[in-house]
Amino acid sequence: MGITAIVFWILSALTLFSAIMVLVSKNPVHSVLWLVATFFSISGHYIMLNAQFLAIVNVIVYAGAIMVLFLFVIMLMNLNTKTEMKKNLWMKLGGVISGGMLLWILISVVRTYAEQSKGHPKIASVNTGEIGLIKNLGHVLFTQYALPFELCSVLFLSAMVGAVVIGKKN
Amino acid sequence: MTLLAFDWALFIEKLVLIAVVIFGSLGIALYSTWAERKVAAFMQDRIGPNRAGPLGLLQPFADGAKLIFKEEIIPNSANKWLFILGPGMAMTAALITSAVIPWSSHLEIAGRIMPLQVADVNIGILYIFGAVSLGVYGIMIGGWASNNKFSLLAALRGASQAISYELAMGIALIALLMLTGTLSLKEIVEQQMAPGHYWNIVYQPLGFLIFIVCIFAECNRTPFDLSEAENELNMGYHQEYSSMKLGFYLFAEYVNMFVASAVMATLYFGGYDVPFLNESLLSPNVAALVGIIALMVKIVIFIFIFMWVRWTIPRFRYDQLMELGWKKLLPLALANMLITAIVILWLQHK
Repeated sequence: MGITAIVFWILSALTLFSAIMVLVSKNPVHSVLWLVATFFSISGHYIMLNAQFLAIVNVIVYAGAIMVLFLFVIMLMNLNTKTEMKKNLWMKLGGVISGGMLLWILISVVRTYAEQSKGHPKIASVNTGEIGLIKNLGHVLFTQYALPFELCSVLFLSAMVGAVVIGKKN
Repeated sequence: MTLLAFDWALFIEKLVLIAVVIFGSLGIALYSTWAERKVAAFMQDRIGPNRAGPLGLLQPFADGAKLIFKEEIIPNSANKWLFILGPGMAMTAALITSAVIPWSSHLEIAGRIMPLQVADVNIGILYIFGAVSLGVYGIMIGGWASNNKFSLLAALRGASQAISYELAMGIALIALLMLTGTLSLKEIVEQQMAPGHYWNIVYQPLGFLIFIVCIFAECNRTPFDLSEAENELNMGYHQEYSSMKLGFYLFAEYVNMFVASAVMATLYFGGYDVPFLNESLLSPNVAALVGIIALMVKIVIFIFIFMWVRWTIPRFRYDQLMELGWKKLLPLALANMLITAIVILWLQHK
């Protein structure tokens, strides 16, 4: 077992542990902080795949911006167990079904991939792939995937305008 | 043993470098507190600390010892774990930025080339941006865990201020990136050192102005220290803290100041470049030493500017702060970015 494998197992254990803690924590603020820890360990995985740009953008966008806003809202609402809404049975049932279907799809993706690549399995390129570097990624995004990229930016713009419109109502 | 197939010399070299950088940052932050009091005294025509040692030079150690030996109080209704975590996160976020700063060129010890930079990652600027965006967690967690409404208000103010000023800062940096074409801090410094090339401040004066204002806001320094506005919030987000936990919060501010000064010197003022001197003529070790001294001089000048501003400009009101960030700096940064892009395109197709 090389040093890469050891780091991988430690990171994976950390990711799973923090992800479980997000669900188990009673206090919403603790949940948010565990989620931040999860993002950090996922960023660690990105770095192991030599995707440094993705890793740092994951930290900036999710840990640095979105989670701060989450924390902001939770702190302002001052949620605690007493004021927690009671969810009705149908809601819980719907959650279980949709969550189970998502799991089903994920498992089927992994299984079809494993069956298709029988005999010559493709292993994630650790520490060698070049596509995650910012130069190559930028090149691909602005040539091969230019149209989807621009469409995404329009989508974000419209979401922003929508948020402003909703905010202006009051 | 495959575990041993690992460059242990590199590991030890980096470990030593990290230790030196961290203790160096802490040492400089320690003496920044002394310098701040001396600068304040000078501006207000006083003498400042002069009892502990010559010129009061032992004052920081006396303060540190006092903070450590003071009684530590954790409020009954505070969230204990987060209350303890808060100051630690503030300090960690302040220190991790120093990992990507190139302190000088490289040393040559017994034929081994030792770069004086902990990690030359090819996303250096984004790393700094990420580390800055984490700085707000220390304030938010500490303020919320204290279970005090003034602390909470201060924490929310600090968070919204940091998020607002990150935007203008990021856009000011994008203009710089268009110019350099690289995100690696080492390459940015080397570009500025190259003959026939000037420091980035010459090409990006407006960008630097926006950047330094945003850095002041991100470091929570006056005139933007809204999260510790004593006259409206009693004391701010660290009101319930005592002993060394309070010390960590106060100290993290000085570490932040030091690292921010290093970043500004690296991005806009040539890093370890000495003006009008061709470093390649010197032997590598001498060049490295001269480089460190040059960078430190630039950093000290920036730290002095931080203090100068603090004792000159009064604190902004909260609405003024938000107006400056969103209605003035952000459009200015966008205009700066567009103009830079147009000029670069024009020069390429001339």
